[in-house]
Amino acid sequence: MSQEIIGSGHTYATITDKISSIVLTRKTPHGWLFGFGVGFVLVMLLLVSITYLFVEGIGIWGVNIPVAWGFAIVNFVWWIGIGHAGTLISAILLLLRQGWRQSINRFAEAMTLFAVACAGLFPVLHLGRPWFAYWLIPYPSTMGIWPQFRSPLVWDVFAVSTYFTVSLLFWFIGLIPDLATLRDRSSSRTGRVVYGILAMGWRGSAIHWHRYEMAYLLLAGLATPLVVSVHTVVSFDFAISILPGWHTTIFPPYFVAGAIYSGFAMVMVLAIPIRAVYGLEDFITMRHLQNMAKVMLATGLIVAYGYLMEHFMSWYSAEKYERFMTLNRWGGPYAPAYWALILINIVIPQALWFRRVRSNVIMLFLVAIAVNVGMWLERFVIVITSLHRDFLPSSWNMYYPTFWDWSTFIGTIGLFLALLFLFIRFLPMISIFEMRTLVPRSEGD
Amino acid sequence: MNKTAPIYGLLAEFEQPEELINAVRRARAAGYRKMDAYTPFPVEHLAEELGFHRTALPVIVLIGGVIGCAGGFFLQYWISVLDYPLNVGSRPFNSWPSFIPVTFELTILCAALSAVLGMLGLNGLPMPYHPLFNSPRFALASRNRFFLCIESGDKQFNRETTAKFLSELKPKGGVSQVEE
Repeated sequence: MSQEIIGSGHTYATITDKISSIVLTRKTPHGWLFGFGVGFVLVMLLLVSITYLFVEGIGIWGVNIPVAWGFAIVNFVWWIGIGHAGTLISAILLLLRQGWRQSINRFAEAMTLFAVACAGLFPVLHLGRPWFAYWLIPYPSTMGIWPQFRSPLVWDVFAVSTYFTVSLLFWFIGLIPDLATLRDRSSSRTGRVVYGILAMGWRGSAIHWHRYEMAYLLLAGLATPLVVSVHTVVSFDFAISILPGWHTTIFPPYFVAGAIYSGFAMVMVLAIPIRAVYGLEDFITMRHLQNMAKVMLATGLIVAYGYLMEHFMSWYSAEKYERFMTLNRWGGPYAPAYWALILINIVIPQALWFRRVRSNVIMLFLVAIAVNVGMWLERFVIVITSLHRDFLPSSWNMYYPTFWDWSTFIGTIGLFLALLFLFIRFLPMISIFEMRTLVPRSEGD
Repeated sequence: MNKTAPIYGLLAEFEQPEELINAVRRARAAGYRKMDAYTPFPVEHLAEELGFHRTALPVIVLIGGVIGCAGGFFLQYWISVLDYPLNVGSRPFNSWPSFIPVTFELTILCAALSAVLGMLGLNGLPMPYHPLFNSPRFALASRNRFFLCIESGDKQFNRETTAKFLSELKPKGGVSQVEE
């Protein structure tokens, strides 16, 4: 039973009614109000932090020379990484014909969108003069100057904005048939009008479905190299520079693996409470959680291999700055962050080797939280320990996050939560039409 | 039911996808051409049974991708070589390896946009009004029922004989008229 991807006894009608009732008829649970309330309060904190930042400038953060890339870049990389699991689940697993993706892809895609939105805030806030962010876009201006296309920071602009646009298209295309279902089943006039406009007149014609499936497949094929390229470009921000600890060729593959690792952990953190609150154990079964745990284990090992290779190269290269960088991570002023990273991100997730852990929802939840914390620490170690001790000892300095560093970071977590709760309340969080296609298969089992 | 007012077509309602495929096959064999099937999820081979085999979508996406790729590279080439050549650490003006990431991203962006807009355009969406939505049973096409609609524009269409033909297919949900 636990190995099925959909509970038994479901028909086209029961699936439709169960998923659409969450949006249309069921009473909003108290847990939703609480969760959205927490998110909303933290969004207010974010707005206060951003307002103060705009008034005072980035001096309110702990950043200075040499650590000019503090929390803003740590959080940027962390959020972008979390987004990657959504695309992986919806695109790569579609191409690999993994039927089990179909109950988790919708909210994983939504998670991608919201995570990328949070990520996109940080580089803009970090600009110093955020109101000139549009200078990053190549447009013919009266100033007669252009962005510098040899800079990885400009590549980032294109990578992240393309990623956001394509994720949005992918998510919206997937929603159209379900929006039509909501339009046809909504009992209120507002619902019919709003869902009707969004569904754009979808009527499920066989010929439309034919083109629709082709478009969806092509989008999946396009999103797959895109998702790999995005975190590669993010890692170029570091790897193209000459700083010890950043200037390494292992960064692109290990950033991509780390992104998938943290993204699956975030899907797990969200899926476990949601399925409990909304009683969706029939659709998000133990098989889903176990498969995700296995993906986490595999990508976590790739990340561990990345750490190992970094250390190996700093010894094998016989480069004194590289060697110092590694010794400084082990015993320097930020050593506690490094050892916490190894413990939380590498050692604890090894628990997933055990079937008992993989089949225990609480344990999975705790490991997934640990991975999210660990991956945040990884970016902290990469950004801050590399910057605070560069080539010239006279320029060495420490970085201490301020209240506003923390409040901006926690504020984006609130933004993420608030958007996610709104999504759960107003849109079907599980793809209804894709779940319908699973019906005959599970009946045959 | 008004017997003389113009109608869009006749709608037969089935409970299983296999019954619908069977019905489409028999309608094609009987010579009907202007018809369409409506289902709550994509049913394999249904479009082929209706005589629809190829879509131009892959070609549209390819063209979009090529435009994005060439346009993306040319944008950077034009800026860095022609309009505002800037010596950065003695790198060549046309430092093409540095232009690959942006070229790649713009390729994907244009291809993805053409996939979505192409699909919507070929399908004629958004379409705020369609006669089928006049049929009260049709809302179930997005839940659990499978419909076949033979349109009144078909050469063989005749209100009585086509209705009789559709009832012979034994649709469990019956046959109804769709008003224009």
